[in-house]
Amino acid sequence: MTRATASDEADRRAPLSADAARVDLLVVSEMVRPNTRVLDIGCGDGTLLRLLSEERGVDARGIELSQRGVNDCVAKGLSVIQGDADTDLIDYPDDGFDYVILSQTLQATRNPKKVLEHMLRIGQRAIVSFPNFGHWKIRGQLLLRGRMPITENLPLAWYETPNIHFCTIRDFVSLVDELGARIDRGVALDRFGAPMRVSAPWWVWNMFGEQAVFLLERKN
Amino acid sequence: MVELGQATLGHAAWREADAPHSDVLHLGLDRPLAMDSGIALAPLKIAYQTYGRLNADKSNAILVCHALTGDQHVANVHPLTGKPGWWETMVGPGKPVDTDRYFIICSNVVGGCLGTTGPASTNPATGKPYGLDMPMVTIRDMVRAQAMLVDHFGIDQLFCVIGGSMGGMQVLQWAASYPDRVFSAIPIAAAARHSSQNIAFHEVGRQAVMADPEWAAGRYFENGKHPTKGLAVARMAAHITYLSDEALHRKFGRKFQNRAAPTFSFDADFQIESYLRHQGSTFVERFDANSYLYLTRAMDYFDLAADYDGSLARAFQRTRTRFCVASFTSDWLFPTSASRAIVHALNAGGASVSFVEIETDKGHDAFLLDVPELLATTSGFLEGAARARGLASAKGPR
Repeated sequence: MTRATASDEADRRAPLSADAARVDLLVVSEMVRPNTRVLDIGCGDGTLLRLLSEERGVDARGIELSQRGVNDCVAKGLSVIQGDADTDLIDYPDDGFDYVILSQTLQATRNPKKVLEHMLRIGQRAIVSFPNFGHWKIRGQLLLRGRMPITENLPLAWYETPNIHFCTIRDFVSLVDELGARIDRGVALDRFGAPMRVSAPWWVWNMFGEQAVFLLERKN
Repeated sequence: MVELGQATLGHAAWREADAPHSDVLHLGLDRPLAMDSGIALAPLKIAYQTYGRLNADKSNAILVCHALTGDQHVANVHPLTGKPGWWETMVGPGKPVDTDRYFIICSNVVGGCLGTTGPASTNPATGKPYGLDMPMVTIRDMVRAQAMLVDHFGIDQLFCVIGGSMGGMQVLQWAASYPDRVFSAIPIAAAARHSSQNIAFHEVGRQAVMADPEWAAGRYFENGKHPTKGLAVARMAAHITYLSDEALHRKFGRKFQNRAAPTFSFDADFQIESYLRHQGSTFVERFDANSYLYLTRAMDYFDLAADYDGSLARAFQRTRTRFCVASFTSDWLFPTSASRAIVHALNAGGASVSFVEIETDKGHDAFLLDVPELLATTSGFLEGAARARGLASAKGPR
């Protein structure tokens, strides 16, 4: 496993207070060029939207399913719409945004492929983060215990998890290929949430990355 | 039906139409209101209330648009009923629409009966009330008149336009007609067009008024009468549509009114009957029957997309206004789907829009009530908009 370097640690802590730090959000936000237009699908309580608008001057919009999340966001002065990634993206016009972000939500959608297609239609670029179901711990639980895996990142039992479409990093990469999109950047996060060495081969990522973040763009 | 002291009360309401307890902007023959009907209405009176102070660069003004049976008395004691203002949960010192921070304007709509020119106002040409000689009014006419009032204050751009129900229709019309004059907009429990079902309810109400013999083809004031019975029935029917089945059941159920058993008569045995009769009888004391006809008609005619080749998105194309749309789960009169249609159109135009569907069993009337999620949403949205507009925080610099 690739260990986090000192500078990784510093980067990880610098921009946000400890309670707000979800590392994949920092990785995502670093992929966004300043002063662009961003749509965050499944924006939760608006942590990423706020990070993007305050740190990167981004015109940030969100979609969130839960009323609680939407109300939290609007009360923070963020532009957020109550809506569902599976049904509401169709209402957004082509090329309305520079980036469309889906963080830790892909595996909870009913039709991940359709959602990705819409993202690449609505935005010039798409950023997707998801838990890697190919991680060795998950493989181990299935292989050795014969039970659906429960980990720190995925703590819910199979019958109560909202996650219905898990994939591995390899699976995701082949779906991107099928969609005719290009991977601009990819980052795998190890179990400490630190980015893994870029030079590591795919199988290492797929085995040791707990989460992955991809920046995608249309091929032409 | 509850008996009403109709003559005296009616006269008090009519006095308010000509000599309101409000400031009045008089627009002379040289400044007519160009109405959708093609008529130029002049002279025109606009009765209004203001709260708070307009800042030096006139950037902190909020226009509140009232609903069908509302008026300009948003946050002060009502001159006819003696009750608190109709939106004191929302507007006041330290409230979401903070009178310590913003300059708040609310005017009686054209066609209303609390001092702005309407069917109960005296027609200067005849010396008698307009009655049905009043030209038909539209939501756009109301907004045009409000724009004349905003001009009167020398305000180029309103910081926010906010309103619920018919007030929300005016908010949408403002954003479409004057996109550069609206920095932010909050349409609550509104719709971009009046639905067939809602037109149907309004028609029932109007027919109730017109079926009252005392309506006298709209010339009841000549006999010193008011079609209180018809208007009360209209209000009773409408009031049901403002509430949810759930809330009615919670509040009244099948409970009897001051009795242990049914009386086997058409008395108000049930609490809900007694409640509706009370709603009807208090309403007619403060509202003019013809005004009710005109304003319900204005809502019926509202279809914002129709003015833009049927495309609501085109109504808001390239708008820079920031929107916050809110609906209520139990509102079946202006349901969430109507608000979503607005949100979709705004999205298609790339507008900055927030949308919340607030869970409550209070029905359409929820916008007027103490619903904490609505108040929190509004104040959060206004706070964000104020930062973007460069308005100083009420609590001093951040």
